[in-house]
Amino acid sequence: MEEREVVVIGAGPAGLSAALEAARSGAHVLLVDENSKPGGQLFKQIHKFFGSRDHRAGVRGIDIGTQLLEEADALRIEVWLDAEVCGIFNQRDVWIVRNKEKSVNVRAQRIIIATGAVENSVNFPGWSLPGVMGAGAAQTMINLHRVLPGYKVLMVGSGNVGVIVSYQLLQAGADVKAIVEAAPRLGGYGVHTAKVRRAGVPFHTSHTVLEARGTDHVESATIVQIDDKWQPIPGTEKVLDVDTICIAAGLTPLVELAFAAGCEPLYSPLLGGMVPWHDASMCTSIPSIYIAGDISGVEEASTAMEEGRMAGLSAAHSLGYVAEHDYEVGFKAAEQRMLALRSGLFGQKRRDAKAAIMAQTRG
Amino acid sequence: MQRIIEHPVLGPLPEVPMVKIIVDGEQMEAREGEMIAAALIATGKKYFRKTIKTHEPRGIYCGIGRCTDCVMTVNGIPNVRTCITPVEEGMVIETQMGYGVWKQEQ
Repeated sequence: MEEREVVVIGAGPAGLSAALEAARSGAHVLLVDENSKPGGQLFKQIHKFFGSRDHRAGVRGIDIGTQLLEEADALRIEVWLDAEVCGIFNQRDVWIVRNKEKSVNVRAQRIIIATGAVENSVNFPGWSLPGVMGAGAAQTMINLHRVLPGYKVLMVGSGNVGVIVSYQLLQAGADVKAIVEAAPRLGGYGVHTAKVRRAGVPFHTSHTVLEARGTDHVESATIVQIDDKWQPIPGTEKVLDVDTICIAAGLTPLVELAFAAGCEPLYSPLLGGMVPWHDASMCTSIPSIYIAGDISGVEEASTAMEEGRMAGLSAAHSLGYVAEHDYEVGFKAAEQRMLALRSGLFGQKRRDAKAAIMAQTRG
Repeated sequence: MQRIIEHPVLGPLPEVPMVKIIVDGEQMEAREGEMIAAALIATGKKYFRKTIKTHEPRGIYCGIGRCTDCVMTVNGIPNVRTCITPVEEGMVIETQMGYGVWKQEQ
């Protein structure tokens, strides 16, 4: 069996940041990802990030991704791509299938799980037709693969993902026919919402998608107004001429690996559902397993990177790599940066939800 | 559908060599290294598979290898996730019916 000090699972913003921090502290790190390229979902984020300069605000996600990979290269972090983690046993042993052909077990002293999240779906008649897809899927197609999945789009959901992807669809040359939002109020940051509104995209609050129609692919969508009990109001149906319906209805943490490993679960609706319990150092109920990023509660790439740094630093510290004083300073600084990201109208709720998780004691 | 040749943030589409793929018996071009799903969307393919009982069409849904809605039979192997599998020269890609049929002797 191979041995490594720290195995990080997932090379997105959280996992990359965790690997960097642990390696900088002196730990021997192995970073694994099932995809053929590292970066997770960073490389489709072509918009500028929010936050302060500490959080690389004003920098596009795609450029942050490039920067993180360069740092990983400079630190000579060992990276296994096309490496699928199938399970974690004995709280230490990571079972990895490499290149779909070779099964490898790696005994890790510390494991950091940064598997991210997956988009939610919304079910309505016709929702399985080709042309109905996650907003993130459309974003991957246009920004990463440079193909337009459709020309005429209905966006379902006005949160940040909904408005950012709508704007990026416009940039890619598609026509966004409408954005429907089931809530009576729009959900995204003002700055992104305003850009889409200025581009002339109509917003429909208290509306949802009723049905998609088409033979082999979406050919139209019916939207409808809903009342304060979220029931469709008869007579308010409108048929839209679209070939694509994007669903931006939030994300669910990818927790399977952590739960199968035995990490204690906890329910946090605001953060996307079931998440592994964790403390402020990002340690789970299993002392050798840490988590970071969307698996610990769906937030943003900037918080994912901060959590990754915290997990990497804490894992290295627990292995004796970081002096007590340095750890205290590093820990407090990371906490401060996270508090700054979890401020304001949207951030405060996430901050409270995170605090509620950590207030529960385990062990 | 179409490729995004010009982009206000990403700039012009970089030139890469093309490879030949065979989709349902027909030869087509794809950009070297791109995902099968992207190549097929660029050719305008409407659906990637049909379901086993009701023969409903399916295409991409999550685009990042999680949902398995976009699976097809590739080089004789069914259930290949086309959104995270890159094209290769001479690759044979087939619209999958139901669970598909293994055609490759391993």
